[in-house]
Amino acid sequence: MLEQDLQLVEVAFKKYYFDHFDLLLIPERSSEREFGYQKFNGGMNRHISIKSNEELRLMLITNIPSDVYCSNAYYSFPNLPMSEKDWKGADLIFDIDAKDLNLDCRQEHTCIKCISCDEVSALQSTCPSCKSTKIEIKSLTCKNCINGAKEEVVKLKKILEDDLDIKKEKIQVYFSGNEGFHVHVTDSPYQLLGSRERNELVDYIMFRGAMPETFGMKKYKPERSSFADINEKGWRGRASKHIFGSKSNRSKTISEIIKNSDGYSIVQHRLDSLKDIIGVKIDPNVTIDIHRIFRLPGSLNSKSGMSKVLCENIDKFNPFQDSCFIDDEKTNVLANCPTQFTLKNIKFGPYKNEKVTIPKYAAIYLICKGLANTTLIQN
Amino acid sequence: MLNLGTDEMAKYPFLTEAGQYLKDKGFSLDQFGTDPDLKPILDKAYNRIEIATTGKIYRSEVTSLEDLDLEVFSFLLAVILLKLSGMNTLIRRFSLAEARRAEKYLEKDLADLSNKTKEELATRIIKELFSINVEKRENFFVIPISDYLKHAVNFHEREWKLINRQVEHGKVILSSHETVRLIRKELDNYIASKIRSTGTPSMLEALKKPVERLVSLGKKFSVPTVVSTEYPPCIKHAIEVLDKGENLPHSGRFLLATYLLGNGQNIEQIAPLFKNAPDYNEKITMYQLNHLKGSSGSGTEYKCPSCERVKSKDLCFATSDCDGIINPLQFKKKKTLNA
Ligand SMILES: [Zn+2]
Ligand SMILES: [Zn+2]
Repeated sequence: MLEQDLQLVEVAFKKYYFDHFDLLLIPERSSEREFGYQKFNGGMNRHISIKSNEELRLMLITNIPSDVYCSNAYYSFPNLPMSEKDWKGADLIFDIDAKDLNLDCRQEHTCIKCISCDEVSALQSTCPSCKSTKIEIKSLTCKNCINGAKEEVVKLKKILEDDLDIKKEKIQVYFSGNEGFHVHVTDSPYQLLGSRERNELVDYIMFRGAMPETFGMKKYKPERSSFADINEKGWRGRASKHIFGSKSNRSKTISEIIKNSDGYSIVQHRLDSLKDIIGVKIDPNVTIDIHRIFRLPGSLNSKSGMSKVLCENIDKFNPFQDSCFIDDEKTNVLANCPTQFTLKNIKFGPYKNEKVTIPKYAAIYLICKGLANTTLIQN
Repeated sequence: MLNLGTDEMAKYPFLTEAGQYLKDKGFSLDQFGTDPDLKPILDKAYNRIEIATTGKIYRSEVTSLEDLDLEVFSFLLAVILLKLSGMNTLIRRFSLAEARRAEKYLEKDLADLSNKTKEELATRIIKELFSINVEKRENFFVIPISDYLKHAVNFHEREWKLINRQVEHGKVILSSHETVRLIRKELDNYIASKIRSTGTPSMLEALKKPVERLVSLGKKFSVPTVVSTEYPPCIKHAIEVLDKGENLPHSGRFLLATYLLGNGQNIEQIAPLFKNAPDYNEKITMYQLNHLKGSSGSGTEYKCPSCERVKSKDLCFATSDCDGIINPLQFKKKKTLNA
């Protein structure tokens, strides 16, 4: 980030941590966790232990980090090097990112910025201005994408509660601060599971590796009575409708499958394609990682200047309103943003390399996205 | 510890404390060498091992209480013969066969609807030895998902994946066969480690012959593996264990991976070594290797543990070539210097 932009953003971040420290939700057993932070234009600082809210506040105000993290794991010695920390368990964590949903609207709110000449243009593989292929993909947060991610959260919560028997009050859903949601599960029977076991949970949640037998289709002499019914618990019930069709068609579909000599591979094929429809789109690498430091609830996300906030009611949650805490002081920036966006119920853009005066939260949002700067403005 | 009746000990003889059992029954090991009346037990013990090496499961007709004692004695004596022979391949085969035998009894006891005591004993063995909470529900057994996963990850077959299991309210529903199958590997490991930790008695005249026969039997099964002589013995051992498809403990994998990384090999070269492991999973192996190398999240590169640490984990197999080194990584350097 350029020097003058950096100053503006750092002042805003500092003010946020000063005014809104109460938004930081320090996870339980915080003294057993590893903290870490990154500074703008700086590297990662890890292996930090924080014993009190005061210590955390001091760390934030003095360092003004771009991003703050906290481990999902509990350690005896969180501040020692990894091999000496003594791992004692880790929360189950899930990352649902709208990027992974690949919705059609995606290209409408994604643009490219050329690393060579700074030109911002519509999504394509080379810079239209200088033909360079060194480009960064910039994506604005979109309402439709957020709604898609919300649906995944709802699917995930259902599996966590119904199948894995995790109590509602142990599941916290957070908006990530950018384009997705983080789900934290604390104090569950799954705390002590290692990566391999968590990988099995991931496959279960994503509906990966399912075999026809599980839903009643045997390779040899399949029997009608063993086919999964809609009312059954777990995936057998949930997937049944998608495999065999609705109630009225079910019997006929099953007869056809049984009669068909390729019935087994037909069901297998259906299961494979179903994983993209009924499986929950979580990032597997996040969930299998038992040493990860994960964005701290209540902290700012430097990809947007918005906060990672708790969503008590996911249905009503509006990230463009509920996670936008930077103030609205008038700010001049040179904006280059081909897409319109809405924050705090106000529409902004599109801007074609123009000088604009907008509230600070919108200015910070654009600067964090790399679609505006203050450096080239004299005022 | 579990309190067992004689018939239960006959089914699960590995649960007994060998020395104590003999003493309680008024026997000493010497007697087995001298008393001709006890010769049949010795023969039975040898037989038990021999059957195990063929991959079959030892079975016997048990009709009287004396027969039950004989069952336990022959097991204990077999262990003593194995210890005296020092043939590890035989111990592996024996423990596996004994595990399969116990598995059969566990399965039968679990499913026994007429006898609550048998079911309870089987449930307790599974709980106390392998920390799985089994609960009976009609003709099925339900166990917590987290307990299930800890064991099921050791299987390669798709049907053991959680997605292919009947899951309800945090529990996995299994048949008695599947419940017992779930702990096969651990049961085998448990019996093997029990044998390994048994002390080796001094040789008795009468045992010499059967022990010699075991040694020559065992040699038939030892497969020579080719390993670079540049590796220290602890690393060679770890590679051999994996080659045999046996389970190398976590500390052993850590040693092997950090050694090879420290030796300049890259992750792509190292990962295939783990392919033979009973619980191999490519993605997890890559994640773990990257984690050790420090190229993922943490950024911490793990160092090869010192010889002292290796020793404390029972992974050291030092030879005279190791003389004076304090870390396995120094082995090669030293060898090259001497050459
Ligand atoms: Zn360009
Ligand atoms: Zn969208």
